[in-house]
Amino acid sequence: MSSGLKTFAASVAVTAALALGLSGAMAAETPKKGGVLKFVVPDEPPSFDGHRETTFALIHPIAPFYSLLTKVNPENSSDPTDIICDLCTEMPKATDGGKTFTFKLRQGVTFEDGSPLDAKDVKATFHKIIFPGEGVSSARKAYFVMVDSVEAPDASTVVFKLKYPSSAFIPALAMPFNFIYDDAKLAQDMHWYEKNVLGSGPFQKFERQAGAFIKGTANPNYYEKGKPYLDGIEAIFAKKESLRVQAIRGDRAAIEFRGFPPQSRDDLVKALGKDITVQESDWNCVLLITPNHRKKPFDDVRVRRALTLAVDRWGGSEYLSKIAIVKTVGGIAFPKHPLAATKAELEQLAGYWPDLAKSREEAKKLLKEAGIPDGFKFTLNNRAVDQPYKIVGTWLIDQWKQIGLVVDQQVQPTGPFYDTLRKKQDFDVSIDFNCQSIVNPLLDVSKFISADLSDSQYGGYIDRDVDKLFNAMNETDDTAAQRKMMREMEKIILDEKALGFITMWWYRIIPHRSYVKGWNVSPSHYLNQDLANVWLDQ
Amino acid sequence: MHQYIVKRILLMVPTLFGAAVLVFFLMRMIPGDVCELRLAGTGSTFDPASLALCQKELGLDKPMFVQFVSWVGGFFVGDLGTSMWTNQPIVSEIALRFQVSLQIALMATVVSIAISIPMGIISAVKRNTWIDYAVRAFSIAGIAMPSFWLGILIILGLLITSQAWYGVPWMPPITYVPIWEDWQVNLSMLIWPALATGYRYSAVATRMTRSAMLEVLREDYVRTARAKGLIEKVIVNRHALKNALLPVVTVIGIEFAFLMGGLVVTEQVFNLNGLGKLFVESVSNHDYTMTQSLVMLVALIFVVTNFVVDLLYAWLDPRIRYS
Repeated sequence: MSSGLKTFAASVAVTAALALGLSGAMAAETPKKGGVLKFVVPDEPPSFDGHRETTFALIHPIAPFYSLLTKVNPENSSDPTDIICDLCTEMPKATDGGKTFTFKLRQGVTFEDGSPLDAKDVKATFHKIIFPGEGVSSARKAYFVMVDSVEAPDASTVVFKLKYPSSAFIPALAMPFNFIYDDAKLAQDMHWYEKNVLGSGPFQKFERQAGAFIKGTANPNYYEKGKPYLDGIEAIFAKKESLRVQAIRGDRAAIEFRGFPPQSRDDLVKALGKDITVQESDWNCVLLITPNHRKKPFDDVRVRRALTLAVDRWGGSEYLSKIAIVKTVGGIAFPKHPLAATKAELEQLAGYWPDLAKSREEAKKLLKEAGIPDGFKFTLNNRAVDQPYKIVGTWLIDQWKQIGLVVDQQVQPTGPFYDTLRKKQDFDVSIDFNCQSIVNPLLDVSKFISADLSDSQYGGYIDRDVDKLFNAMNETDDTAAQRKMMREMEKIILDEKALGFITMWWYRIIPHRSYVKGWNVSPSHYLNQDLANVWLDQ
Repeated sequence: MHQYIVKRILLMVPTLFGAAVLVFFLMRMIPGDVCELRLAGTGSTFDPASLALCQKELGLDKPMFVQFVSWVGGFFVGDLGTSMWTNQPIVSEIALRFQVSLQIALMATVVSIAISIPMGIISAVKRNTWIDYAVRAFSIAGIAMPSFWLGILIILGLLITSQAWYGVPWMPPITYVPIWEDWQVNLSMLIWPALATGYRYSAVATRMTRSAMLEVLREDYVRTARAKGLIEKVIVNRHALKNALLPVVTVIGIEFAFLMGGLVVTEQVFNLNGLGKLFVESVSNHDYTMTQSLVMLVALIFVVTNFVVDLLYAWLDPRIRYS
């Protein structure tokens, strides 16, 4: 682990311990066996195939049925760089100049139907994800561009060969969607897992009532002896946020793993006192502002710079965090990650200057130079979701009003919102977002590369400087060099060319029943969800 | 009468076909599609080939007319296809929710009838007394209050009062159990939404019962009955009520059909896994096949309910039967 990573790991561990109030005594509690963990999930998964889907609505109810090759450390889940083995026995050291990773697998692991899980299953799984073949959909193929081949030389060994050394590989491998599937089932039908659940995870006996719940019971043959502690799990689908909050209050559910707004946390704490425990974390999701580079006057860098210079991120963080699930001021990489900008570095960028008055004066000057009259009107395209989209959108309108711009907010349901971004492309400026599972900034910033290379960059710009930096950063395993290139990329995107902007990073708030133990908040609502370590103190 | 029934049944076919055409093309006018939502909805990067593959798998790459013929063709042989969102058979997805919605609709109708008929009668008979004013205030409040809002108040009220009285907050169960598996859990979940929707529903029927009764009580035959010396109870129950019920039956019929698919927000407030919740989810997920099937189901429920109401008319009023 590099010194940067060590410092980061130590700082997040301390922060987490303080924030969560986890005393040594609490951490030393002996887990109790038994009980069923009931938790609420806002949505239902479209299918049960983790390789195909992208939503947390699949992870929360389905992840407990599966194993992964590697995963974030459930006991230190606030540190996204702490990746440990799940099915493997030891995290491998790269050989062949950083291009080969050899994983040794646990022996005696079986799928729920009793068939053994070995290297050929791991190989078949990653082949499906990385080289899906015709007629097979893989949502995260792009995260494995560095992989050249996956081989299984014997039953307990899997070898990944890379095209070039890449620090993005190990985090990509630990993505929580990479469920290990049975090679035989895949050979039979590559779509079998879309409608069926058969894993080797802590829970088994999948039971579903469409639209209502998914249940599972403890796997008696689970390879981590003594786990899971729970007898079973029950994921209850509840669309309405107020109902999910009340469900925890009325003890119909013990926890919701995505996150609640600050007001709901405060209401629950007020109503239940010591029966509620709150865990909080920075969140690997960010709201972006995307100006439409295809449209005048947003093709003018002066106008775009003025838009970002007008925004008071430091002040907004303080006030918005009281009402919305945003808090952390950051650049293009997940805040506090070794590759992220420090506060001092951020303060050098347009829109992050400590002197707000100076920043807004500069914004007005740029608008004047660009020939934008006072009272210029444009529309902010936004998604019809309260938290945090509409709240942040409303705040932005006020920020831009401070430099004489008049902004209307056009709020659309998710379908039409994406249609505007992807097909119509007729918006002026739009809210956009980037939400990732494992913290892997090297790949997470692919959102900012040129539109002809990234299908999720909606501003429509082409910038080869950004593309070059992105590729160079991903083709080295030198953290210092990566960090330097990340700063250069950030400077181009957020400041010099003002290609797109960051508003604020999200903030995850999980108030749960105090009897739920062994679950630690992580920087993503996708991570640490196999629930093998969770127990109920009842 | 038989001819009348056959004629009414035949009339249902063009009505349903019209609904099918409307829903099919209206759904496709909404920007965006299910695949885009599924892949881009989390804001993360995705492979464009996956989008094309998803659209191909769901037949969205075919011409609209081909999609329409395929869907309508399946409908006529009882094959509703699979949900574009969950890929599960639509029939089984709907069947699950249908029993929840049916039970709620029946319970709310019972609550509504139990409140509205007696209150409407009393209000008419005691016209312009404090009883009449109280009933009118009660029913106007019911019309003014959305049932989902009342539902939220009920849940909060239960949580607060149970915590205050017993020290532990209690709210109704949030997962459905069929009545034949555990009637206590079933009723402890469904009684509250039935009360919330039944009250609103009763408010309309109470007002209707009152005005219909007032009109009937002024009729000559009621005066004749009084002149014959019949006691008031017999006049109201036997002579006036049956005739006053005609418009009330219509209102109850329409409301029943509405309850089957229209409890969109109330179902979410109580986490009822009914047709209304499925409706909202399928529209927001751009699940064309599911939305189309649900619209057809609700249209069918409305058509059949109207048909049953018409038959009840004939039973209640011999003049309709004989004409």
